[in-house]
Amino acid sequence: MNAAPNKKANGKAETLLSVEAVSLSFGGVKAIRDVSFDIKKGEIRAIIGPNGAGKTSMLNVINGFYHPQEGTITYKGKTRNQMRPHVAASQGIARTFQNVALFKGMTTLDNIMSGRALRMKCNIFWQMLYYGPAKKEELEHREFVEKIIDFLEIQHIRRIPVGKLPYGLQKRVELGRALAMEPDLLLLDEPMAGMNLEEKEDMCRFVVDVSEQYGTTIALIEHDMGVVMDLADRVVVLDYGRKIADGTPKQVQNNQDVIDAYLGVSHD
Amino acid sequence: MLFVLETVISGALAGIMYSLVALGFVLIFKASGVFNFSQGVMALFAALTLVGLLSGTIPFTNTDNPALALPVWAAIPLTIFVMFIVAVLIEKFILRHLVNQEHIILFMAMVGLTYVFEGVGDMMWGSDVKVLDLGLPQGAWDWLFDTHDLYVEKIEMVAAATAAVLVTVLAVFFQKTRIGRALRAVADDHQAALSVGISLRNIWIIVWSAAGIVALAAGVMWGAKSGVQFSLSLIALKALPVLILGGFTSIPGAIVGGLIIGIGEKLVEVFSGELIAAAFAGLIEIDPGVFSATENWFAYVLALFFLMFRPQGLFGEKIIERV
Repeated sequence: MNAAPNKKANGKAETLLSVEAVSLSFGGVKAIRDVSFDIKKGEIRAIIGPNGAGKTSMLNVINGFYHPQEGTITYKGKTRNQMRPHVAASQGIARTFQNVALFKGMTTLDNIMSGRALRMKCNIFWQMLYYGPAKKEELEHREFVEKIIDFLEIQHIRRIPVGKLPYGLQKRVELGRALAMEPDLLLLDEPMAGMNLEEKEDMCRFVVDVSEQYGTTIALIEHDMGVVMDLADRVVVLDYGRKIADGTPKQVQNNQDVIDAYLGVSHD
Repeated sequence: MLFVLETVISGALAGIMYSLVALGFVLIFKASGVFNFSQGVMALFAALTLVGLLSGTIPFTNTDNPALALPVWAAIPLTIFVMFIVAVLIEKFILRHLVNQEHIILFMAMVGLTYVFEGVGDMMWGSDVKVLDLGLPQGAWDWLFDTHDLYVEKIEMVAAATAAVLVTVLAVFFQKTRIGRALRAVADDHQAALSVGISLRNIWIIVWSAAGIVALAAGVMWGAKSGVQFSLSLIALKALPVLILGGFTSIPGAIVGGLIIGIGEKLVEVFSGELIAAAFAGLIEIDPGVFSATENWFAYVLALFFLMFRPQGLFGEKIIERV
């Protein structure tokens, strides 16, 4: 599980996404307060913080599930006040969910194929007939999906409805579905939560491989500090909706505010 | 014996008619989890529209202008187009505003929609019973009658063939294609579907259009058999027990459920009186005529009985949940 520390972030890599002064509240509850940070092309960016710090809310803002009241999101050079899920997906943002959001009644294969939804263009007429172009298109995408299945080592569960799979494998299928979108930016919400050590190591390996083989930019939320220190190029730390630190794993590790936040020093 | 066979066949063919309506329910339920109470009225509305176009009725005036009457080949595509517009309107004015609402709220919206359809259909095309003449074959199938002495109506054979084609196309569409997969994805998890870039709006429009086309097929078959009239919307209710038997999410289930209900109710209607009277012959005197109206309620009792043992239906997906 020793990923070679990435040098990409240290260079002058291009910024893929930046959030500027974003604030988000639900009624009176402020989930995110004036947070800014950026994600550079090709890096693995970790978002950490205690429970309720606003990490998942942040991902939801980035892929358009939540619409912040203030601030802007700049993605691929275009600045917006808010994203929309459909736009985010078609612009190459893929994600997984904290609690695994798979299509439980569908097989592993169909779940991952659904990640190809935006890349299949055949019109409804041919689809109705499942003939000619529609069939050809289906087979081409099937080939791509099989590569992902090989990559994630889940050949044996191809035909099983994912609702029946153990949690660790479900997480892997969910990653597969996100990869099928060939994303430019991959958002992973606690990809290793609830896994045993072996499963965690596998997942770490997949994340590193995705980053290195495909150059995919990754933003991940993770609680396991060992994992974060190994994987991440840079880390942003949130606490009570505020950004309290931002830097390399080493810098963050030694930051007094971060240590206080994790040890629960009172906030007055 | 021949009479029993004839009863079974006529029951099966009537069952196919129920299946056609049930199919529309299944489509929408599968893709959006919405129980579309208005499916029966949609069938009526589609049939009314088709008759109106064929006879050149000017909407909202209740007058016919024969000069505007369209030929069949133009009227059917135009009716399909109207059903597509209806789907767009339903998405825009109802579904879009009810995303993530409780099922009961969506259900009530569908009940409301039912009466909107009925009212608008009445205002646009008038409420008198109309004859639907598409040139579909009428009367008995002579060959079968001459050679085997069996009485089977041709229109019912056409309905059976139509149902077979619709079911095959829909089953392949759902299982094998991108849009079919997207439909199932939306049914399963809205948020996950959004995250892979599936557009809920397009999916709903597609699925309601498909349900509209199925409704048209059902409306045409029933209309050609017994005239286009407002009692047609009551067939929708017969589709309910069909769904309970077949399972709300199964396309083949809609067909098998329809067959069971159709055959069952015909057999019970025709034979139960005599059988029961014969069984109690020595004990009490039972008038077989008492059991002559079972066709109206048999289906519901069967469905109720079924719910006790297999609530998900014969072909329904068993609900799996990891806790």
